[in-house]
Formats: sequence, structure tokens, C-alpha cells
Amino acid sequence: MLVVALSSGEKYVAAAYVVFLALVLAYLGIMAAKLSRLEREVVALAELAERGDALNEDSVAKEPVA
Amino acid sequence: MTAFALVLTHAPVDADQGVIQKIFYVHVPLAIVALGGFVAGGVLAIMYLRTRDRRWDMRSYVTIHLSIVLAVGVLITGSIWARASWGHWWVWDEPVLVVFLIVFLLYATYQPLRFSIEDPDRQARYASVFAITAGAFVPLCFGAVRMAEQVTHPPAATMTTSGPGSVTLTFLVALGGMTLLFITLCKYELASKNVTAHVRRLRRRLAGDDDQLPASGRSAAPQL
Repeated sequence: MLVVALSSGEKYVAAAYVVFLALVLAYLGIMAAKLSRLEREVVALAELAERGDALNEDSVAKEPVA
Repeated sequence: MTAFALVLTHAPVDADQGVIQKIFYVHVPLAIVALGGFVAGGVLAIMYLRTRDRRWDMRSYVTIHLSIVLAVGVLITGSIWARASWGHWWVWDEPVLVVFLIVFLLYATYQPLRFSIEDPDRQARYASVFAITAGAFVPLCFGAVRMAEQVTHPPAATMTTSGPGSVTLTFLVALGGMTLLFITLCKYELASKNVTAHVRRLRRRLAGDDDQLPASGRSAAPQL
């Protein structure tokens, strides 16, 4: 196991950069969660649209021929 | 990533502060981009008031929202630097720190202000007026503090111009990287918000509702 001995000053520097990375990663994580929710909504909408198309086709097929 | 590599390999260790000074390369670009974002939010709000196009309000909202996130980073990295350098997490008699906290707290009221107004037009109008006023407050505040006194908090310009060329280069790369990150995240969030608005509109249409009906539920985010 690699152990890096950091001085007190280096620990503060590492902490500052870790905070920045954590902030960016947290933001990206929240955005990714929103994106996956959006994906589920789009899938649901596509199913709704397909169902609507199928209903329209059925009603056209059932119309009496003159 | 290039900026991080430069900080580790190229940037010299400061003779006065030692390795702690390397926090400068993340703290100062974060602060400059966050404050620039607040000002940009005000400019975009002016565009909304001129055109009444909701897309400008959305841009202003996203810019300010992301700047608030970066401002949280500024406060935390600044506190870490203060602790390492001065031995205290926060120094109340240091004007730049206090002014930044005031600006942060001012913008922390932006989202609740938006959320408190239900009518989308009124929400966009009031939020734009807030963004313009607060955006003008940012350079005035920091300019006044800099002009008023010689403070202990070192100005970024002094730290970059008085040091060797490698300090300036690393700082400029870090600032450029931070600006690009800010623009990319803004575009990402804008795209996400626009797609969400389109999906909501499509869902209402497929459900047979009137397309002119507002989106269900109150939200701080603009409704396109």
C-alpha cells in the first residue's frame, strides 16, 4: 500500500483541491440524476405516443367502408 | 487538468507562505469566475428586461445558480487557506472576506425570492431587477474595499505580477480552465432545463391538456 507522508501545509493544500473536486463531482452527480429522471420521462412519453398511434390506427381500421 | 499539473510541477513554492500558497491557484480563479458569473447574471437579466424573452431569464438564472455553487467553494477553500496561513478559519476584521460573505448571503436570497413568486412573468421581472442590482453591487463593493485601505488579504494582481513568470502562467491557465468549466457547466444545465421544459410541454399535449397551461407546481427555475 502506497503511503504518502504529507506535511501540515501540504494537507491543507490537498484539502482545498479535494473540496473543489468534491464540489464539481457533487454538481455533476445531481445533474446526472436529473438527466436519468429526464430519460425515464422521455421513455414514458414515447410509450404514450405509441399507444396513441395504435389507438388511431384501430379507429381508422374500424371505420365503415362506404 | 493542465492547471493541476502545472500547480504540482511548474509553479514555484512561495518563499513567504511555502506550499500553502498553492491554494491560490484554485481559490482565486474560483472567486474571479464566481464574481464574474454574478455580474454576467446581471447583464443577462438586462437582456431579459429589454427583450422579455424567457430564455434570457433562464440564462441569468443558470449563471447565478452556478456562481453560488462556486462561491461555496471560494468560502471553503478560503477558510482552509486562512487556517493554514493565519491560524484561524475566519477573520472578521478582514474586509475582503466579509464583503465576499455579504455578496454570497445576498445571492443566497435569489432562489427563495424566485420561489416566493408564483406568477412566471412577475417572477422573471423581479428576479431580473434583483440580478441587475446585485450584479452592480459586486464590482462596487470590491472596488470600494480595495480603494479604502491596504488590507492583509493579498490582491490577486499583486501575487501574479510580482512573482516569477511561472506563477503568472499557472494562474492564467487555472483561470482559463475555471472559466471553461463554468461555461461548460452552464451550457450543460441550460440544455437540461430546456429539454425538461420541452418534455413537460409534450407531456401536457399528449395528455390532452391545454398547451398554454403553466407547468404544475411552484418552482424557483424559470418556466419556458
